[in-house]
Amino acid sequence: MRKLNIIAVSFMLFVWGTAKAELVVSNWDGYSPADIMETFEATTGFKGEMSFHATNEEIMGKVVASKGAGYDVLFVSSPFAEALNELGLLATINHSKIPNMKNLDSWSMNLDFDLGNQFQVPYAWGTTGICYRSDLVSEAPTSWNHLLNPPLDLHGKVTMLSTDRWLLSAGMLSLGFSVNETDPAKLGMVKDVLISAKQNLLSYDDTTFYSKLVSGEAAMAHAWDGWCNYATWENPDVKFVVPSEGSDLWVDTMVILRGSENMDAAHAFINYILDENIGAWTIENILYKTPNKVAMEKTIPGLVDSFPNMGYSAQYLSSMETLKDVGDATKLYATTVADILAD
Amino acid sequence: MLKNRLILPGLIWISLFLLIPCVIVFTYSFFERGVYGGIEYSFNLDNYARSFKWTYFKILLTSGQIAFLAAFISVVIGFPAAYCITKANPKYQILLLFFMMLPFWSNYLIRTYSWMVLLNNQGLINNLLIYIGLIDEPIRLLYTKFSVVVGLIYNYLPFVILSIFASLSSMNKEIIEASEDLGGSFFDNLFRVIIPLSLPGILAGFIFVFVLSIGNFITPDLLGGGKFLMIGNLIYDQFLSARDWPFGASLSLILVTIMLSLLFIQSLILTRKKL
Repeated sequence: MRKLNIIAVSFMLFVWGTAKAELVVSNWDGYSPADIMETFEATTGFKGEMSFHATNEEIMGKVVASKGAGYDVLFVSSPFAEALNELGLLATINHSKIPNMKNLDSWSMNLDFDLGNQFQVPYAWGTTGICYRSDLVSEAPTSWNHLLNPPLDLHGKVTMLSTDRWLLSAGMLSLGFSVNETDPAKLGMVKDVLISAKQNLLSYDDTTFYSKLVSGEAAMAHAWDGWCNYATWENPDVKFVVPSEGSDLWVDTMVILRGSENMDAAHAFINYILDENIGAWTIENILYKTPNKVAMEKTIPGLVDSFPNMGYSAQYLSSMETLKDVGDATKLYATTVADILAD
Repeated sequence: MLKNRLILPGLIWISLFLLIPCVIVFTYSFFERGVYGGIEYSFNLDNYARSFKWTYFKILLTSGQIAFLAAFISVVIGFPAAYCITKANPKYQILLLFFMMLPFWSNYLIRTYSWMVLLNNQGLINNLLIYIGLIDEPIRLLYTKFSVVVGLIYNYLPFVILSIFASLSSMNKEIIEASEDLGGSFFDNLFRVIIPLSLPGILAGFIFVFVLSIGNFITPDLLGGGKFLMIGNLIYDQFLSARDWPFGASLSLILVTIMLSLLFIQSLILTRKKL
């Protein structure tokens, strides 16, 4: 019995010891180079491990429940970075440990939800709109209402995003509301619009809508601009448009958890990501725009002809409404989305 | 004394890893979600009131309806299949059972995805129907209740066949012979002797499919396109996306109560049959 205890305790210490030494990062699958942890270790000597989350809500759930334990660096969209900051779970970013911050475009140092990048560092940014097959639609969509109320021949050939913020913002923008709207009466109207839009949908799809567009099963998809490029890559007839009512500006950010015991490694990781070559990888491989000015200047000229949305300027994107954390209204958003999907 | 002691490890395991976690989840149902998704410990019954709102209660009814349909059709297909296997040459029975179980050697998700390939607008079934000229335009097969029921039946049918087969093959052949000798027609034998005697197997198969289908969230998500939720999807959403654990917990408690009642009724019927 004693021997068993000693073995058990040593095993736990061993696991705990190795766990402590490694940096733990959580990101969306495919959003950074597959070998990033190996190249990071080769360059800086810090060991790390990458784990994946499919949605912001998933990593929020894990981190809120564990009070930040188990992770060091997270990739999350900005409203969730704000929420984590409100909960006191984020560390202040030490800029002196991140010399590559100089690669960032100046607008990205002054995002209104985090002036001066105190608790997050931007990774990628973009907007949302309609991704469509120009050869399958009788007229090119120009408004959110084309998505929510498609012409008869496109019934059953439209997909929409189902994650909270983006599902709701399609309805909000079509009615002229803010994407950070908190008035319950207005959200009720948004809910009705989205429930009636549901009957014309092929399905809700966050991740495979581009293959539906390429195969022709869908003709219009509610899409993030970078993700639409995956479809354009396979079929140049796929085009992206930001509807006339406007759209949201979303920023995917990197944050460091306050309880992290690997602060140096965490900062080194962010610094490594901001390197211009990693930035170039992100742009060329996942076709998203990044705030890394140096990387953008290197790569955009070669991409903008095939992928026009890569050419959106910082001024254009900054003119859109940034998705912000809505605080107490987060619960209202969750119940509204549940009501829409349940109906 | 020894018999009681031996049960202890199993009992402890079930208590620690099943009963206690369930109790913890169910206590959550009496609280409410915090602003950013945690738990606010203020006792209230709001979640139960919300569960019985028509928007959500309708989901429970739809799930029950789909699960019932899947279970019923599984039994209707499964019974003749099992019957034929019992009547087949004993040499081939194992082979037939093997072929029937073969799909299970692949992953549940892959089987479900393969139905997406079959049923979508550009899929094999639509292409075949257009090719032979039955239809001009593809018909909407995928992302409907139909596709969800098909997916559920396909995934659970082997269990029904096995369960009914077990029941049929353990039946006393002399009773059937007696019925035939007394002049019973094929249908007389079937409906008045064979089916009642194999009821335990049929019932076990039916309830098995029903209980697994009503809580299923993978098939409705993949084959239903996320457009209509079954109770399993709703609970999954509450725990993962909406992070409203209390509401998800209340829905879970309601679902588990229904499932346990069904299993209880089944065991009642079976014990009565034995008497």
